[in-house]
Amino acid sequence: MTAETVEAAASRADRQGRAGAVGDGIFRALTFFFALLVLLILGGVIISLIAGAWPAFRAFGPAFVISEVWNPVTGKFGALAPIYGTLVTSAIAMLIGIPVAFGVAVFITEISPVWLKRPLATMIELLAAIPSIIYGIWGLFVFAPFVQQYIQPGIIDTLGNIPGIGALFAGPPLGIGVLTAGFILAIMVLPFISAIMRDVFETVPPMLKESAYGLGATRSEVVWQVVLPFTRVGVVGGVMLGLGRALGETMAVTFVIGNAHRISASILQPGTTISASLANEFTEAFGDLYRSSLIALGFILFVITFIVLAIAKVMLLRLQKQAGG
Amino acid sequence: MGIYARRRFVNALVMSLSVAATAFGVVWLVLVLWTLLYQGFSAIGPVLFTQMTPPPGSSGGLLNAIFGSLVMTVAATLIGTPTGMLAGTFLAEYSRGGRFGEIVRFINDILLSAPSIIVGLFVYEIMVVPMGHFSAWAGAVALAIIVIPVVVRTTEDMLNLVPNTLREAASALGTPRWKVIVMVSYRAAVQGMLTGVMLAVARIAGETAPLLFTALNNQFWSTNLNAPIANLPVVIFQFAMSPYADWQLLAWGGALLITITVLFLNIGARLLASWSTFKP
Repeated sequence: MTAETVEAAASRADRQGRAGAVGDGIFRALTFFFALLVLLILGGVIISLIAGAWPAFRAFGPAFVISEVWNPVTGKFGALAPIYGTLVTSAIAMLIGIPVAFGVAVFITEISPVWLKRPLATMIELLAAIPSIIYGIWGLFVFAPFVQQYIQPGIIDTLGNIPGIGALFAGPPLGIGVLTAGFILAIMVLPFISAIMRDVFETVPPMLKESAYGLGATRSEVVWQVVLPFTRVGVVGGVMLGLGRALGETMAVTFVIGNAHRISASILQPGTTISASLANEFTEAFGDLYRSSLIALGFILFVITFIVLAIAKVMLLRLQKQAGG
Repeated sequence: MGIYARRRFVNALVMSLSVAATAFGVVWLVLVLWTLLYQGFSAIGPVLFTQMTPPPGSSGGLLNAIFGSLVMTVAATLIGTPTGMLAGTFLAEYSRGGRFGEIVRFINDILLSAPSIIVGLFVYEIMVVPMGHFSAWAGAVALAIIVIPVVVRTTEDMLNLVPNTLREAASALGTPRWKVIVMVSYRAAVQGMLTGVMLAVARIAGETAPLLFTALNNQFWSTNLNAPIANLPVVIFQFAMSPYADWQLLAWGGALLITITVLFLNIGARLLASWSTFKP
């Protein structure tokens, strides 16, 4: 190899520099394009849902949201029953799921012996990854028959007779229904919420907890007066993420809710949720108005979950800022 | 009761409730897994992997569904991974602190936990309606849309872990920015980024809702990506809801296959993450 002259080397470096600048521009534009694509996907989702739902919204107007009728034969559709089912099943899931998930997270971070911490945390994270259809078929084949035979008759005989709230627990024991669906949802979101709560609890500086212990605080006092106040926003964010998941969950619910478009006073009776209606009816929906009404349901679900997830995200960001300084 | 006794009592109560909650949660989850193993293993045999899905009331296997799921998962990963990685690269390398990046990050996090059935509706509107029929491509695109936010998120997180001194050292040698990213940042973060891809694949392996209105189902062997294709999740859904014992057994078999796949991918992702150069 012969030695380059100084000029030749300089011009080579210059060429390479320019090639680098061109490559830089291209690569930057490429990554920018794909980042933009993420925005376009969300934009596309919103626009396509509105476009698809438009015929239904035009035909029924705002009454769509408050009407309980769902009659494909006469072409009358209203979203109230699925919206009600979605909210009630998610509420049941949260009522059961949050306290249990909180207990699990407290156990892992504060009580558990060190050797058990990692296996338990890993197990919970693995369980959070199990697809929801698994919980769904377990609910259908194992849990619903069990509930029908052993749990529901007892509930109907005791709680069902209390004046006032008795109507909530009336009717024949069917196994499937709103309560069963809510319970399956609770089991499904449980690992999810407790994994987030555990992560959030770990952000508490050990110094804070040790100071409290040093002053003679008991474990429960440390949890209530040090850990929870420090992580409040994060806990709420985690709960909202779990709620977002419960609201939009399809398969775990579809198997056990019974798909009945009506609002029963009793939570033991079948009902439906937005996602269950979509899963059960969409491919068989005949006529444009029927299909459009289902898409309109999807749009409503999207709006509800978007709001919940946005709140969750803002909460978790606040915790991050707090932990970062 | 004195104040000390009361505090001790409250503490004991709260702690035992917490232990009870853990036991309660673990019991249900163990029950689910135990039923799955028990029922699933009685369905698993050579027939499951060599025969097609049967007509009602007769026995058969899940070969076409396994194949369809594999094809769509691979296609979705091939579409979603480069897209997600490049978008994540933009967020981590080019837009630190930028307004546009903030918005993309926010939207990506929304997409990450948006209901998957909505993704199915979206793809139905943009692909199935214009094409006039359900297809494996539509299913793959729906799954890709679920892969993208997962990969964007992990790529960005992993690139953020790469120390800036590495980038500065490369830049000081006159390396162009894109070369710094490809030759230095990517190499330092590769295990973490692959972990993200594996987690994304695990997530779509059992995803059912978006396939219902896109890939639909097919009772027969099909390699045509432009037509409906059989896939494990939808077959499980259909067979489990049916009144036929043979079909229900196959549904359990399919459910066990999916769960094992998902668990292996997750454990693999964990191992890979534990070997990565920079840890969170």
